[in-house]
Amino acid sequence: MHSFLLFAAAHAAPLKPLAAAEIFPLLFILILAGFLGYEVIGRVSPTLHTPLMAATNAISGISLVGSLVAAGGPYSGTSHLLGMIAVCAASINVVGGFMITDRMLRMFRQKPPRPAEGRPPAVTKAEGT
Amino acid sequence: MSTGLSRVFAESSYLAAAILFIVGLKSLSHPTTARRGMFLAELGMLLAVIGTLLYFEIVTWTWILIGVAVGSAVGALMAVFMPMTAMPQRIALSHSFGALAAVLVGVYKHLEYPPEQLGRLRIAALGFEVLFGALTVTGSLIAFGKLQGIVRGAPVTYRGQNVANLALFVVTLALYAGFIVEPDAAWAFYAFMALGFVVGVLIVLPIGGADMPVVISLLNSYAGLAAAATGIAIDNTVLIIAGSLDGTSGFFLSLLMSRAMNRSFANVLFGAVGAAPPPGAKTADETRTVIRYTPEDMTFALQNANSVIIVPGYGMAVAQAQHVLHEIVNHLIEQGAKVRYAIHPVAGRMPGHMNVLLAEANVPYELLCERDEINDQFGETDVAVVVGANDVVNPAARNKKGSPLYGMPILEVDKARTVIFLKRSLGAGFAGEENELFYDPKTMMVLGDAKATLTAVASQLKKRTGLVKG
Repeated sequence: MHSFLLFAAAHAAPLKPLAAAEIFPLLFILILAGFLGYEVIGRVSPTLHTPLMAATNAISGISLVGSLVAAGGPYSGTSHLLGMIAVCAASINVVGGFMITDRMLRMFRQKPPRPAEGRPPAVTKAEGT
Repeated sequence: MSTGLSRVFAESSYLAAAILFIVGLKSLSHPTTARRGMFLAELGMLLAVIGTLLYFEIVTWTWILIGVAVGSAVGALMAVFMPMTAMPQRIALSHSFGALAAVLVGVYKHLEYPPEQLGRLRIAALGFEVLFGALTVTGSLIAFGKLQGIVRGAPVTYRGQNVANLALFVVTLALYAGFIVEPDAAWAFYAFMALGFVVGVLIVLPIGGADMPVVISLLNSYAGLAAAATGIAIDNTVLIIAGSLDGTSGFFLSLLMSRAMNRSFANVLFGAVGAAPPPGAKTADETRTVIRYTPEDMTFALQNANSVIIVPGYGMAVAQAQHVLHEIVNHLIEQGAKVRYAIHPVAGRMPGHMNVLLAEANVPYELLCERDEINDQFGETDVAVVVGANDVVNPAARNKKGSPLYGMPILEVDKARTVIFLKRSLGAGFAGEENELFYDPKTMMVLGDAKATLTAVASQLKKRTGLVKG
């Protein structure tokens, strides 16, 4: 274990030393968003758990922004190819995910108000007279 | 746009997107606000994409346009044409796509940026992203295959499986750790990525159909974590937030699901409970007989009931019986009976599965009751109709210690005055536990395809009430 650490330390030297200062704010964001997510998701109606999965999936399709940069940025052809496939996969999730969430949400309806079909109010009037 | 200004615009768009995502998810707390909230989340996504394209240096649009066009077309076609019954498969597949994007972005980052420029913590995030992404890609594909029926749904197990898997995990993690220590070793990066793909297959193959709600939720969580790690690796805050929300959402759902089954994650992942029950175990009971009832008997029972609770399960989804079921329910409600649906959290193959199918059949969500809100009302109920469910109503969970189901909170249909089971066969449920309730004198077993049975019941009900009225 000791020699492993020494090995690690010896090889750690050429790396950028300030990485920790840059990374920790990101870790804070990660953890705090996680706690927030837990509170928000905990209040989601169990009836909507499937739309929830589709929706969070669409939202995490935000990795599209990383893919776009890979596909169009000043990089090698390989990166452009990887980026294009990533853009494709992420857009399937974003476009398809939001659309299917909406398709599901449209199906969830409340009890229709009683006079649903035909013209029942007129009928009751006729009965009254 | 100048870099300074576009930077401000990009960061503002990310901030706005993060807020809109959270507000959007919050709106899912009630069906009436949900659609508007999702519109806000879509707006957030659009803003973030525009902000990104304006800020980052884009030298070629060809690949971007091809990717967006193909992806949007495929996504839209799937969203429009996929039947609601295929929703679990669709969700599993989308976890796979999301994770694939994360893996590819990780590989590109690894190719284009030398380790010195990334820093060790970012390299750790990069490795995590690729490893978790890889195992989510293949794991979700296997889950998709099982749900679609391409891969055998029953658990695939062999002797020494857990040991072999464990050894593989250890090697994979060692390579990952080695890569963090020695980021120049590109071979280690690709080696643990490849092993990640293998691990994904091996984790999900042994898991059977009834555990799918937990597995799908867990994979959801992994896909989110991979996206969040991508955010750290490429310094993108909104990606971290969105990934984190996705990750906790999946984690929350898998906790909920495993609690609903009274099982731990470890038990689901390594237990392979659905493994074939010991062959000798059931023979002792085979001498017992159940009385088979006909759809006519069921019609009679329903007609005379003042209160009915319907308990749907995976069998309803398989038989596609939700529409005709609700036709019957509507009829009974018109006749003045009190009818509700009782939804067990793990009924079906993913969280909320039954709710979506019933919503598709125009069941208003007020009629759907959760387990805890309806369980004490079975005692005052004339008829409980169980459509294609078994384990979630098996009283062995309450009173038979040593049963694999013991301790699982069930829907207490056995407290109703009459219980009607619609089943294809008398077989035990997924857990391999025999259901004592089948032999109870107050139970009516109606064997056969649920849709066929319910169609018969629906037409008889109509005929009979027509006669009474006439």
